[in-house]
Amino acid sequence: MKVLVTGARSALMGQIAAALIGRGDEVVCLQRGPAEFNGSDSATQVLGDIREMETVRTAVTSCDAVIHGAAKVGVVGSWEDYRSINVDGTTNLLTAARDIGVSRFVHVSTPSVAHLGEALVGGAADPAVVRAEGAHYPRSKAMAEELALNANSAECAVMAVRPHLVWGPGDTQLVGRIVERARAGRLVMVGDGSALVDSTYVDNAVSAHLAALDALVPGARCAGRAYVISNGEPRPVTELIEGICTAAQVPFSPRRVPVRVATTIGSVVEKLWPRLREGEPPITRFVAEQLATAHWFDQREVQADLNWRPEVSLAEGFERLAQWFSREACR
Amino acid sequence: MTGDRFLLPEHRQIEVETPSGIHSWNLIDRPGTDPEAPVLVCLHGNPTWSIVWSRLVSELDPRYRVIAPDHLQMGWSKAADPHTLRPYAQRVEDLTGLLDALELSEPVWLVGQDWGGAIAMGWAVAHPDRVAGMVLSNTGIAIPTRRTAPRLIRLAASPLIGDLLTRRTGIFVAGASRLPGLGLSRDQRRALAAPYTSAARRIGVAGFVADVPFTGDHPSAAVIAEVAERISDLAIPVRLLWGPKDPVFDDSFAEDLRGRFRDVQLHRISGAGHLAVLEASIADMVHEAIGEAASPARGQVIADAPPVPLWSAIDARAADPTPAICDLAGDEQVSFAEFAERVRTVMAHLQARRVAAGDRVAMLIPPGVDLIAVVYACWRLGAVTVIADRGLGLGGLGRAVRSARVDHVVGPTKALVAAKALRWAPGAAQIAVEDLRRSAPPAKAAPNPQPGDLAAVLFTSGATGPAKGVRYTHGQLSAQRDALAATYAITEADAFVAAFAPFALYGPALGITTALPDMDVTAPATLTAAALAAACKKVSASMVFASPTALANVLATAADTDRSAFGNLRLVMSAGAPVPITVLREMAALCPNAQLRTPYGMTEVLPVADVDLVAREGVGAGRGVCVGRPVPGCEVVVIPVAPAEPRICAVGETGEVLISAAWMSDGYDRLWHTERRARGASPLDFGPDGTGARWHRSGDVGHLDAHGNLWIEGRVAHLIYTAQGPVTPVPLEIAAETVADVIRAAAVGVGPVGIAQVVVVLESATNTTQGAAPLEVRDAVRAAIASATANYPDGPVSVAAVWNVASLPVDIRHNAKIDRAAVSAQMEQVLSGASLSRPGRSRRLVRGR
Repeated sequence: MKVLVTGARSALMGQIAAALIGRGDEVVCLQRGPAEFNGSDSATQVLGDIREMETVRTAVTSCDAVIHGAAKVGVVGSWEDYRSINVDGTTNLLTAARDIGVSRFVHVSTPSVAHLGEALVGGAADPAVVRAEGAHYPRSKAMAEELALNANSAECAVMAVRPHLVWGPGDTQLVGRIVERARAGRLVMVGDGSALVDSTYVDNAVSAHLAALDALVPGARCAGRAYVISNGEPRPVTELIEGICTAAQVPFSPRRVPVRVATTIGSVVEKLWPRLREGEPPITRFVAEQLATAHWFDQREVQADLNWRPEVSLAEGFERLAQWFSREACR
Repeated sequence: MTGDRFLLPEHRQIEVETPSGIHSWNLIDRPGTDPEAPVLVCLHGNPTWSIVWSRLVSELDPRYRVIAPDHLQMGWSKAADPHTLRPYAQRVEDLTGLLDALELSEPVWLVGQDWGGAIAMGWAVAHPDRVAGMVLSNTGIAIPTRRTAPRLIRLAASPLIGDLLTRRTGIFVAGASRLPGLGLSRDQRRALAAPYTSAARRIGVAGFVADVPFTGDHPSAAVIAEVAERISDLAIPVRLLWGPKDPVFDDSFAEDLRGRFRDVQLHRISGAGHLAVLEASIADMVHEAIGEAASPARGQVIADAPPVPLWSAIDARAADPTPAICDLAGDEQVSFAEFAERVRTVMAHLQARRVAAGDRVAMLIPPGVDLIAVVYACWRLGAVTVIADRGLGLGGLGRAVRSARVDHVVGPTKALVAAKALRWAPGAAQIAVEDLRRSAPPAKAAPNPQPGDLAAVLFTSGATGPAKGVRYTHGQLSAQRDALAATYAITEADAFVAAFAPFALYGPALGITTALPDMDVTAPATLTAAALAAACKKVSASMVFASPTALANVLATAADTDRSAFGNLRLVMSAGAPVPITVLREMAALCPNAQLRTPYGMTEVLPVADVDLVAREGVGAGRGVCVGRPVPGCEVVVIPVAPAEPRICAVGETGEVLISAAWMSDGYDRLWHTERRARGASPLDFGPDGTGARWHRSGDVGHLDAHGNLWIEGRVAHLIYTAQGPVTPVPLEIAAETVADVIRAAAVGVGPVGIAQVVVVLESATNTTQGAAPLEVRDAVRAAIASATANYPDGPVSVAAVWNVASLPVDIRHNAKIDRAAVSAQMEQVLSGASLSRPGRSRRLVRGR
């Protein structure tokens, strides 16, 4: 199978591309700069912007399937940036895929598209909600997911995968930031860290996307649907963060911030930060809510529909993370 | 009770022609999926309408067709003659007109509430061949003896105020949905009042109230009295579902009706009130009432030989001067001869106070000679002793006595005053226990109660929910005495210390000397080693019966005690709650010649199995707690908790524990539905279609091993339904408790059934902070559980969180049974990030200590 992977410069998408090559699939990558991953030499790399239709067509041409993971993440940037990259970019890919006759399209989404701030205990993948207000990222991703699922057809099967809190070696988003802050003595815990949350060890996120690609044919049960994927082993937030710190051998002694304070600060920071500072802010409202409320999901349906099981347990994941950190330290 | 439960069922209108014109009936008509199933006709009361059946209709098995009309002039039904008063006889006649027009397949089941019940009874009397059975809820057909007409209704029926309340204003209509009970949602209250928006629309409401016959010359009085007479001729099954909080049709009406029908059962729905049919879920009860009637009558278990009466040993030793009871707390001692005389005296007093065979007598007497004497006097007379565990607390005691509907209350004057003030037993005769000690003329000869006659109703404190009354007959209590004697090889040469209140009552029946140690029996932890030693010495005890908590305190205070008193003990028996093996080991060291025995059983049937310390050490570790092999005469089987097909579990397979023994209790008092659920004809014949009463469903889960040992793994209600299948809590707790520093652990589930996550909550010896347990403890607990569950068919159990609390909620009586339901509810809150909405709530995991 020839598969187009977009956004392969991110850790997850790079590993997905690597896994596809590893099992013998042909891979085309589309991202702005050269991507490096295991076997990236044997991938065809198309460099460019998904907002440009011609570039997208070039990349999609002759592919059988698409895993679309390119997106603008975080909170810094104008709505126009988020909309054009996440919404228009997705439209371009869907259009090209349909025109060229791609039969499988896996859209990489995020649980935040359906997150409304309340606790999710054993939840299902509820439909994406496009909010008029709120952070740019979840809003634009919600619009993108809606577009993607609406594009599901008898010729081109489309599904959305929402990986929940992916972490693992080399992950700069979650692991990198926690370790960096813990090292600097600036680790903050929202509330008492008691909320039970799902997370996904990166290898399981990768295998889930591959399983999705394999299960997704026009008319399949998973076509036209969105699924949250996770390790299926929810843990209190505090335990996950402590686990990451322990693996990295950095002290775990967070300062505790009441939930209300954190969400308030988060909302303010979210608005002001882009105007004042560079880079990602220390906290956003979304992150504060994520850290303070339970969100874990019923994994039975996704495991059945994609014929997939997470292979790496959390305990095993932390073990691998610790090994990776000690190898890094030796370098 | 939430608004979203409240669905409006489909209504339709039909017109019925009568000599007086065309009536327009509004009715719920839910089609049934099974044309063979009987049709239900549900009749509402005043001032409601058919909507009162909405919950039943939405929850009832779809196979039944349900008809629920609004009576004429009520709800949305219109009479041809809108202003004519419709007395009772007319309303019964109206129903005939409607049912004739509907041409239902008959006979039908009538379901009636309030006035609807009275109309149902009237119709059944008039058309006995058209009625298959009745379910009646909070209704009546006559004012019960010992009761005056309900005050609320008298007020509503008084000429001037009544009209103001019922017709001219909506006070009566609004008030009816705000009576005490489980409560209704705002939507439900609004819907109930919806048709009655103006005085003109409340004509029917006022008419019903005016039709209550308070005086004999009331036009409806004679008709209703005749129905009340004739319903006893009906051979149909009648099930009474009662909201005991109803201020109008209270328990006395239920009792009145119970006395009138031939085939009748009562189920009191705890906490519910007048509109129990809407407040609570009754669909299963109605379904099972119909199912029960369709299946053959329950079998009676008949013992081979007539049992030896409970008082035989007392008669046999009536001249014996050896001590029978030594109460070291009350400082009183009686010999067997004196005790026999005391029982005769009490009998004479009770006879003089008109305590008759079959009467129910509540015991508010503290443990001691008086209590034991009154209990045996009642048994001898054939009266039924109602005994509530003092561990229930004042509220629980009151609920128990009230629900048992006693005829007499015996207790110290102080307790009687309290019982009267709290209205525990309105109408019951009060007997001061002090009076029963005075000398009395000889007791009159009383016929011996038969083995099948009721002897006792026992209320013990459950871990959760209101206490249930457990009925025992004379035959069952005799069999229980014999089972205890056989299991523990008890002979007249034995003498025992009863530090566990219920067992003190068995001394005279077993014909052995009993000592009550100096302790507060309501608080087992008050038994000291010195008090136990004194009691043992006093009677040269060969046996001690004590709860695990009491033994733990004995060990804690044993340092300076004279241990020689324990040298004579051949048996130490501990029951009532799980017994920690460490307590047994230390007791064994304290009592070198004693066997340490722990029976397994429950209020409903005891003993079931028994194991001694040596055997328990011998079997080693396993899944759950080993409670030994079933005692002779007791059968135990295990069945899957939710089987696709009824079957018996294989050896080693976990399921619910079912028990059968001659000493099993008769059933639950005034809890027909609970009893039905708990009893079956055979292990494969439980549930809605089961009949007969030979088998008891224990509510415990466990398994039998290859040697026939029973292992208990927790309660059915505490099963954790994970994505890998149901997980039992006790094996996880035992594993967690092997971790250093862990005193006590509770394994509970959070999240929806089918994908619940396992959470282990710990009490630690050194760490009383609330929150995630320290990393080392978490790892150790997870490792211990993974290793204990390594052989589970679905793989080792994964633990989502290991949480530390200051103390776990435990039962008051034993300070040992963990209230897992409460722990689970708390952890649901904590692990959902509850602090977001309610700061501080997650800190309240403390209770009972």
